[in-house]
Amino acid sequence: MKKLLCATAVAAISAAAAQAEDIKIGVILGFTGPLESITPHMAAGAEMAMKEVSDSGKLLDGSTVTPVRGDSTCVDAAAATAAAERLVTTDKVNAIMGADCSGVTGAILANVAVPNGVVMISPSATSPGLSTAEDNGLFFRTAPSDARQGEVVAAILKDRGIGSVAISYTNNDYGKGLAESIQRNFEAAGGKVTISTAHEDGKADYSAEVGSLASAGGDALVVAGYVDQGGSGVIQAALDTGAFSTFVLPDGMYGTVLEEKFGTSLDGSFGDVPGTDSPGAATFVEMATAAGFEGTSSFTGESYDAAALIMLAMQAAKSSSSADFKDKVMDVANAPGEPIYPGELAKGLELIAAGTDIDYVGATAVELIGPGESAGNYREYEFKDGKITTVGFR
Amino acid sequence: MDLLNALVTLLNFVVIPAASYGAQLALGALGVTLIYGILRFSNFAHGDTMAFGTAMVILFTWWLQGMGVHLGPLPTALLALPFGIAVTAALVLFTDRAVYRFYRRQKAAPVILVIVSMGVMFIMNGVTRFIIGVEEIRFEDGERFVITAGEFKKMTGLAEGLAFRSTQAITIVTAIIVVAALFWFLNRTRTGKSMRAFSDNEDLALLSGINPERVVAVTWIIAAGLATIAGTLYGLDKAFKAFNYFQLLLPIFASAIVGGLGSPLGAIAGGFLVAFSEVGFTYAWKKVATYVLPDSLAPDSLLQLMSTDYKFAVSFAILIIVLLFKPTGLFQGKSV
Repeated sequence: MKKLLCATAVAAISAAAAQAEDIKIGVILGFTGPLESITPHMAAGAEMAMKEVSDSGKLLDGSTVTPVRGDSTCVDAAAATAAAERLVTTDKVNAIMGADCSGVTGAILANVAVPNGVVMISPSATSPGLSTAEDNGLFFRTAPSDARQGEVVAAILKDRGIGSVAISYTNNDYGKGLAESIQRNFEAAGGKVTISTAHEDGKADYSAEVGSLASAGGDALVVAGYVDQGGSGVIQAALDTGAFSTFVLPDGMYGTVLEEKFGTSLDGSFGDVPGTDSPGAATFVEMATAAGFEGTSSFTGESYDAAALIMLAMQAAKSSSSADFKDKVMDVANAPGEPIYPGELAKGLELIAAGTDIDYVGATAVELIGPGESAGNYREYEFKDGKITTVGFR
Repeated sequence: MDLLNALVTLLNFVVIPAASYGAQLALGALGVTLIYGILRFSNFAHGDTMAFGTAMVILFTWWLQGMGVHLGPLPTALLALPFGIAVTAALVLFTDRAVYRFYRRQKAAPVILVIVSMGVMFIMNGVTRFIIGVEEIRFEDGERFVITAGEFKKMTGLAEGLAFRSTQAITIVTAIIVVAALFWFLNRTRTGKSMRAFSDNEDLALLSGINPERVVAVTWIIAAGLATIAGTLYGLDKAFKAFNYFQLLLPIFASAIVGGLGSPLGAIAGGFLVAFSEVGFTYAWKKVATYVLPDSLAPDSLLQLMSTDYKFAVSFAILIIVLLFKPTGLFQGKSV
């Protein structure tokens, strides 16, 4: 511990000297596990922001930023903690962009980020529980809490005239938090939740789960799970047995994989995914396409924004040390100030250096509220002729 | 009309899924029970033998599909089965040669063989993943449904749909054929009879001139065949994922022990008993009850004995109850 303190102190002193340095930012995402199909795009988003800043040469007198990847596995808290520990103690990262799933994010925050005093910005951890987690001001997220998503889902259900739903959620912090939030908001709006029950990820067969969901009935089935895991299995079993034909698919279930897997049989199903119609979103998708990854995949914009916020805050604090720049994150993210869109990070860095206040809008119209989490903009989508189409923004 | 709806719901969500799951468990349990009866140890590698066999079948299915061979409405995997069985049989015979024979010659205690089989299990587990990967693989083709829920509703005008997938039909039919063939083999052929003799009393069998190595080899081949067929049916019906077969081990052993280890008939009964209990205990009976009972008695609660999360707990509970009260199983197998 003494050594660690020394090392941190030395790092802090050398950082304060404000010379061009090689700043390392950890990218901890579930490169294996239930989110493995979307995490490569998320990492690419974050790394694109880092490259943009490094190439500009405007961060802290020409410092460069290097990403260091770590695998959160999404589900295994011990493995995620070990990966984060390695990044912080061996690779000496200045901040962490991650983690992805709520459970592992909470574990890394409590076991690694807070003890070592490292800033952590998660692009996709959405559990309401993280709003009240002990974080010493080190934890932020560019994704909104599921408490907000619950309101949105309930509103969409209400607008579509759906009176009763059954809920099946993945058995972890994310699924449970989201399911409870949807249920609370939907019931407050006068809807009826016939059953809310968990499914375990990674099983071959979900017919038993669907059996009890079908028995409870409902106009639609809300699947608060993961698209690569049990969520798809539940949909498959429900379609096979004819138990449900309309599905409500929150953010974890958003993915083009569904189009390939189920085709037109999902027509009429709908859902929501964090997204915005702010001009930044379109710019980001163009940049992503040019860089060769899917900018519309879940949480890629949030990942870019998370990385960008870390670097802008460093610039504002004139230091790459977490202890210094943690207080600046909210400042650069929120109004007032000059709006900064994706691709304009160099401009943002310049403005900050010149002492002008900025309001980072980014790809997802970031506005951090409360304990440092995104206020939340959602894109409502539905399946039409076997394709995901955007209905509107909320 | 309401009784009909209740019946259809019951068939759709309980009877059909449980019957096909039961058939898969029964085939798996038959393999376990054969090994136990003749080689006298619990083969923990059976689940992963199933995974390996299925992986082989998938590879041959892809090869056949690549050649443009199709079975029309039936899945191509059925055609690939014999190839898969051959490779799997070769693997288990090699394993027997390389591993088990050494311990057999030493007359090792059954518990040592059990541990040895666990080692084999981990190796097979790794080999399977190495060959085919860890992802979920769907390899069914042909017609997906015998009848879909929508068609059934239209045909009968009932409020409830009944879906019958072709893989479920194939599972049940194949299981019946395989079980019939196995019983014919064990009861009518010379080799089958010598296997039963070997199982009943090893010393007497040896005295009467039965070649033990031959009996052992035939047993392994049959076990490999059963494992591959059970694994392929499970994979067709659900989806192939190497890890899932490892999880199947518990219900399979529960089935074999409930029926009585060493008793083929018991393995089949055990398979269906475990499958129907797992599905029945975790099913929410509300819908069926609403149809059957008069309106005044219609239930508000789900009428679910336990949440579906506890499915495996049912296998465990059955296993423990049987071991406590009837250690030889329902069909008087060997005591564990």
